Amino acid sequence: MQPFTRHTGVAAPLLKDDINTDQVAPILHTRGLKEDYRAMLFHRARRRDDGSEDPDFVLNKPQFRAAVILVTGQNFGAGSSRESAVWSMLANGIRVIVAKSFAEIYRENCLQNGLLPVVLGSDAADEFIARVIAADGQAPFTVDLSTQQISGPGGPDICFEIPAAERTRLLEGLDDIGLTLKHSDEIANWERRAKTAQPWLQSARDSRRSA
Amino acid sequence: MQRTLFDKIWDFHRVAQRADGRDLIYIDRHVLHELHAHHAFAQLEKQGRPVRRADLTFAVQDHTVATKPGRDDDTNPSGSAFIKAMRDGCRKNGIRLFDLDDPEQGISHVVAPELGIVLPGATHAVPDSHASTVGGVGALAFGCGTSELAHILTTQVMALKRPQRMRVKLDGGLGAHVSAKDVALRIIAEIGVAGARGYAVEYAGAAVRVMPIEQRMTLCNLNIETGGRSGFIAPDDTTFEWLARRPFVPQGAAWDGALRYWRTLTSDEDAAFDREVALDCAALEPQITWGTDPSQVVGISGRVPDPAALDPSRRAAALNAFGYMGLVPGTPLVGLPVDRVFIGSCTNSRLPDLQLAAEIVRGRRVAEGVVAMVVPGSSSVKREAEAAGLDRVFRAAGFFWGESGCSMCAGGNGDRGQPGERCVSTTNRNFENRQGSKVRTHLASPATAAATAIAGRIADARQLAAGRS
Repeated sequence: MQPFTRHTGVAAPLLKDDINTDQVAPILHTRGLKEDYRAMLFHRARRRDDGSEDPDFVLNKPQFRAAVILVTGQNFGAGSSRESAVWSMLANGIRVIVAKSFAEIYRENCLQNGLLPVVLGSDAADEFIARVIAADGQAPFTVDLSTQQISGPGGPDICFEIPAAERTRLLEGLDDIGLTLKHSDEIANWERRAKTAQPWLQSARDSRRSA
Repeated sequence: MQRTLFDKIWDFHRVAQRADGRDLIYIDRHVLHELHAHHAFAQLEKQGRPVRRADLTFAVQDHTVATKPGRDDDTNPSGSAFIKAMRDGCRKNGIRLFDLDDPEQGISHVVAPELGIVLPGATHAVPDSHASTVGGVGALAFGCGTSELAHILTTQVMALKRPQRMRVKLDGGLGAHVSAKDVALRIIAEIGVAGARGYAVEYAGAAVRVMPIEQRMTLCNLNIETGGRSGFIAPDDTTFEWLARRPFVPQGAAWDGALRYWRTLTSDEDAAFDREVALDCAALEPQITWGTDPSQVVGISGRVPDPAALDPSRRAAALNAFGYMGLVPGTPLVGLPVDRVFIGSCTNSRLPDLQLAAEIVRGRRVAEGVVAMVVPGSSSVKREAEAAGLDRVFRAAGFFWGESGCSMCAGGNGDRGQPGERCVSTTNRNFENRQGSKVRTHLASPATAAATAIAGRIADARQLAAGRS
């Protein structure tokens, strides 16, 4: 996983609650195993009925095209567990999402891919949103995970909380599977215990095929 | 100490605590589908990591499969690469696949319980947000993304933060033509689309106890639409009778041993929950969504709400939904003309769902101009329905009768509506564009969907049924 330390760039305001992963990464008619994640991001929301770009959609506005930080409302990433809703952000250079809250599976998918999910309390979020709108893409914000601060135009630095272990995982770009594999012996021990305590859990045989 | 059922299952499956404070929870049964698995297979191959427990891992083809009779890999051209990659990955890794032509193919959340692959008190994971459908048999299930899927394949555990515990107590009996779908929609309306975020939810109460297993699965299926991490129901005799003799359950003496344990799977009487919610179902009428998220729900006799009467935090979303859905406040739901009706998906595609719908359809015709589809949740459900003559009821009425799969739930297989169409659907998400570009989805029960197909307009199944007698 790519480590996350600090990113500086334009912050784009997408000020809706409950944006779901069908909106972020829609299932398109033509698809294959190698998908164009860059084109997938907000594919429908970015377009008008005739297929042309909608100039009013925030990420289509010239000042937000190179956004690194997306700022949004409550419950971002609700719905389907599709990880393409994170990959399509990264493919467009978005490395931070600042929200009032995240849907749980989406937040986990962010952590797995080095996309930083920042949660701000409602008041702090509203203050930050006002600054992002005022900046209008003309001046950059910096999100620093090591100091847990957002800095930029229009006000003082904003502190954010993130569980220490998740912070370390992102800063060091730790391989999540690698972390768990350190516990291989305990997993094997659990399997042995379960085989005695609830033997049916450790076997999933098709009784019609038993020899 | 008094413990909830969640605590009992979680604590048993807790292998270790990782350095980052997460619990490693052993996954007893892992079921993959073709839309996400190929990424994980590719990742494992690249990293040279083997699958730890192929014998506890199963796979289905469901999201991208065509529903057209006589289908093959290429009937849905955009699905064929996924279907073939799944077949290849399962063969290389020794995973049992219920392939496109398997007599037991179907939607993962339908197939796993009907074969007895999931069990009470077992943990279960699927790279799909509706994983907790199988909570209906008392399993603790988690939806996950693709990276977590690779993690489970390699380690057979998930690294999870322990959720809080919620109990949703459902009292009162359900009225005629009111089912678990209506109850679930009302719960989502009451607690909201993020109301259970951070919680594992136990559904309990008298209304749950009389629900057949298939309805319990419908209830648990929709748990994610409240943002819940998992949703489940304590198993009881109804569960054990339903599971007995299914092919993958323990047999003979092993069954007896399991049964003794399963009977202990209840929340202790004084166990504390972090949040409790209660709903009286006795007066509940059929429910239907009017908007573009599953909490925008009214009773079937209701009207599109007046935004002034809504909580201020929900007004902006409502105004947006009116535009997308082509509705104005104050319009009664009953009577709205529809173009399409879909009966199927992991929410409502099991045999009793189809029986409820067929009961209404029998001897009637789908209204002129309405495209109506029934897609059974598994090939086994389809066979059983055909043995009971349900396919003939639906086809005689003018319904399309399809091969099993996810179909119009997310449109991943090409089954989609046309722009501007209004669709009553037994699925789980009424999000914008989910069933096709600009399709206007109303979520409802199989009975409401069937009555609507016949009327050509949103209809109250109770009235249609009364008209017959």
